[in-house]
Amino acid sequence: MESVFGLVGKDFAIVAADSSAVHSILVHKTNEDKIMILDSHKLMGASGETGDRAQFTEYIQKNVALYQFRNGIPLTTAAAANFTRGELATALRKNPYMVNIIMAGYDKDIGPSIYFIDYIASLHKLDKAAFGYGSYFALSMMDRHYRKDMIVEEAIDLVDKIIMEIRSRLVVAPPNFVIKIVDKDGAREYAWRESIKDAPVPGV
Amino acid sequence: MARYDRAITVFSPDGHLFQVEYALEAVRKGNAAVGVRGTDTIVLAVEKKSTPKLQDSRSVRKIVNLDNHIALACAGLKADARVLINRARIECQSHKLTVEDPVTVEYITRYIAGLQQKYTQSGGVRPFGLSTLIIGFDPYSGVPSLYQTDPSGTFSAWKANATGRNSNSIREFLEKNYKETSGQETVKLAMRALLEVVESGGKNLEVAVMTKDHGLRQLEEAEIDAIVAEIDAEKAAAEAAKKAPPKET
Repeated sequence: MESVFGLVGKDFAIVAADSSAVHSILVHKTNEDKIMILDSHKLMGASGETGDRAQFTEYIQKNVALYQFRNGIPLTTAAAANFTRGELATALRKNPYMVNIIMAGYDKDIGPSIYFIDYIASLHKLDKAAFGYGSYFALSMMDRHYRKDMIVEEAIDLVDKIIMEIRSRLVVAPPNFVIKIVDKDGAREYAWRESIKDAPVPGV
Repeated sequence: MARYDRAITVFSPDGHLFQVEYALEAVRKGNAAVGVRGTDTIVLAVEKKSTPKLQDSRSVRKIVNLDNHIALACAGLKADARVLINRARIECQSHKLTVEDPVTVEYITRYIAGLQQKYTQSGGVRPFGLSTLIIGFDPYSGVPSLYQTDPSGTFSAWKANATGRNSNSIREFLEKNYKETSGQETVKLAMRALLEVVESGGKNLEVAVMTKDHGLRQLEEAEIDAIVAEIDAEKAAAEAAKKAPPKET
């Protein structure tokens, strides 16, 4: 029931994820942050098995940081995406991580980019991507409304349309979403879309 | 004596581990390095022996980051340093991964010293031939720290210290002239100490300054030259002041 989706705009990339933490029929919390900021200009929205998600995304984040200390320069988004895929692929035939990832980044000479990495280690560089049951609605909405080089307001408008579709059409729809953006000024939280207010502080 | 210095795992009859002492000799031959702890600034300054004309000096960085809030300088075998620094960087990230907290300066110092000690008690290996100066700010309390480790695996905290070539003279200078400083004064104290044994000039010094808010900043050659000029001017003024008073009485 988790949804993650993302799209590339004119000189930014946006990733949105639902923020429900669910265990069988119980909703633990509705403000879980599933989009990890890897470094100054990369973020990674992940959905799937809760333990695997936390473990794997933190592991990737620390390795991205280590690369930067060892080499004095940060990884490119493509390199980070390929590294992530490689880790998933290596674990696949032993002890697979059940995590689906949308990685977004901004590189100085390349601009914004988004990578779709699923739990069986496929990697695709795309303009728009989505995971989960919400992807049925997200991809349809993006196919209909997405254009290249949208500005932030247009992209957020599209994200909101998608969230509205998910909320109204998915039987067990997540009530709250978090939206994060990455552009030349860095990766940061953009907004929350809450229809149920849980704790006043966003997830730790 | 010669029989007791071949293997690291052999004590001599008078209780020496000769390999460790020889490693300390290697450190004494390495470039001079100074660390000074101020109230809000910590400075590392390392001697840069003359760079060959064709060498790209940017590829030879002597002061390195271990994490956002920790830096290290060393004296001794640079190749050994690379290995130790790599292990320390991995440990910094690994610590954050397992306990969700950045390392404290003491923790990573203890880790590096522990590594150095391991290599004094194993068969078939030799000790790391370097002493390190580790600086950083505690991630939560913001307290600045300076630590030193050596090839035997001992470590201790210091207000100011030196290692490598002529470290005794530099330490004497620091003992005479140390006082609590902050900001630019700390930088000047570290540089004055190093300039006791190193030729003056931006191209002979590598200086890096760490503050709580901005992390580690390597000073440019021009900046170093400017501070050296200030130090020289202050020295000249002090000399002149010493000679002037007798005439006034």
